[in-house]
Order: sequence, then C-alpha cells, then structure tokens
Amino acid sequence: MVPAKSLTFLLMDAPYEQTRTATAFRLLDAALRLGFGVRVFAYEGAVSLASTLQKPHANAIHGRSLEEEDHPTPHVWISALVQLAQERGAQFEWVNCGLCVDERGVTEVVSGVRRGSPADFWKMASESDNTLVIPTR
Amino acid sequence: MRVLQIIEPAYRATLEEQDDTVLWFTRAIRGAGAPADVLLIGTAVSYAARGQSAEGLEIGTWSQRHPPAIELEVTKLLESGARISAVTEDLEERGISARSIIRGVELLSRDALSGLFGQYDRIWKW
Repeated sequence: MVPAKSLTFLLMDAPYEQTRTATAFRLLDAALRLGFGVRVFAYEGAVSLASTLQKPHANAIHGRSLEEEDHPTPHVWISALVQLAQERGAQFEWVNCGLCVDERGVTEVVSGVRRGSPADFWKMASESDNTLVIPTR
Repeated sequence: MRVLQIIEPAYRATLEEQDDTVLWFTRAIRGAGAPADVLLIGTAVSYAARGQSAEGLEIGTWSQRHPPAIELEVTKLLESGARISAVTEDLEERGISARSIIRGVELLSRDALSGLFGQYDRIWKW
C-alpha cells in the first residue's frame, strides 16, 4: 500500500563525482523528515551509490588516520536513510537499474536495494504525488 | 616543469570527498615535487572567499564529522609555496568582494591570463 503522499526521485550521477549527489541525498532526507514516503530509482552511474564495496580511507594530505578521517560512503548514507525511515514508519524504497548494475558489476549492495527496470520507475512515478529527475550533466 | 592547474567547477563532490579533489591533487603532486600552481576561474573563484563553512550535513541517521574546509585547503596550498590566482571578473559576476578574499590569493583580470599562461610549461584544465 503506497502512502497518501510519496515522492519518486531518479538519480543518475555516480558517487564521488558531483555536488548533485549530496544535494539529492539532502532532498531524500528532507522528504522523509517531512513525512513523505520516498522511492528512488538509481539509473546509470547512480547504481554505484549502493555498492557496499565502497571503503573509507585514511588521508595523508589531511593528516588523518582511517578512524579520524571518517570518510563518507554513499552506501552508508542509504542505510542511514533506511534507518530513519524505519524509525519514522515511513516508506523508503531504492531500486537499481538492472542493466546499469550489470554494466558496472555492482553486485554487492545495501540490504533492501533491489534490481529493476525503467518499468519500475514508471510504476513508482505513477503511484507517487510527484517525481524529481536529477540527471547527470 | 612548471604546471598551472586551472579549476573551473566548484564544490564538485566536496561533501563526499571532504575536500576539493583538484586542490587535494595539487597538494599531493606538490608533495611529490611538482611546482604546481592554481588558477581559479568560473564558479571555482568561490574557493577564494574567506569564512565558508560546510558543517552540519546530516543524512538519515548519519552526520558528517569532517566537512570540507576549502579555506584551509587553499591556505595550506599557499603555505606550501603555491601561487593561487582568481579571475577578477568571475569574482565580480558572483558578487564576491575583493575584501573577502583569502590572504595570499592573487587577483588577475582576464586580460592578464595570457601572460600568466606564458609562465608555465604545462597547463591542465579541470
């Protein structure tokens, strides 16, 4: 059952490439905090956002160890959104484009993230109150 | 071999990387012996402005411990001996006052760029 108010987002940028990624995650966070159900379709490079093979690292230029650096990984951001949604009893769904996954070998992803196709995006958009596409440039 | 790094897009993945990747790269190659300088153009002239803060990012139950500190990155590069310049017209178009510029950053007009380029053996545009 889809909640009365939900938003669908299509993300396209790969992690660690554009400021749009952090902006998109801030929008997802804000939508959940405002009580919206959130559905995400990750297309092209954005499927790598959910990869659990991302690893934080130390940074000699910053002069910080692995623990001190506490480097962000977008897959942790997705898990943090899942946790927030669970705490608030809100819907949160993340679908990775399956062909994009195959192209990039993104085989290990955050629990709950599933494969899909543009047809899933169309279904999500049709069932949502509005849709925001955030394409790569 | 003197190198000029021209940076145009600003804040490209800075929250994920906790720095600007080209400023970081420049510091890294300078550490390896490269006499690399920086020219800020377009939106990247914002990096020359003092007093920026990216603190407070929260996503779900995660919060950022180390936001990017662009002013510190620029200052560290200057301290390493790098020359950092910013294009005056690009600053003016964005309403960034010369008074708000990080000490040590050189302001150059577009007319002066050809003279700057002539001082380098390699110019890499990012």
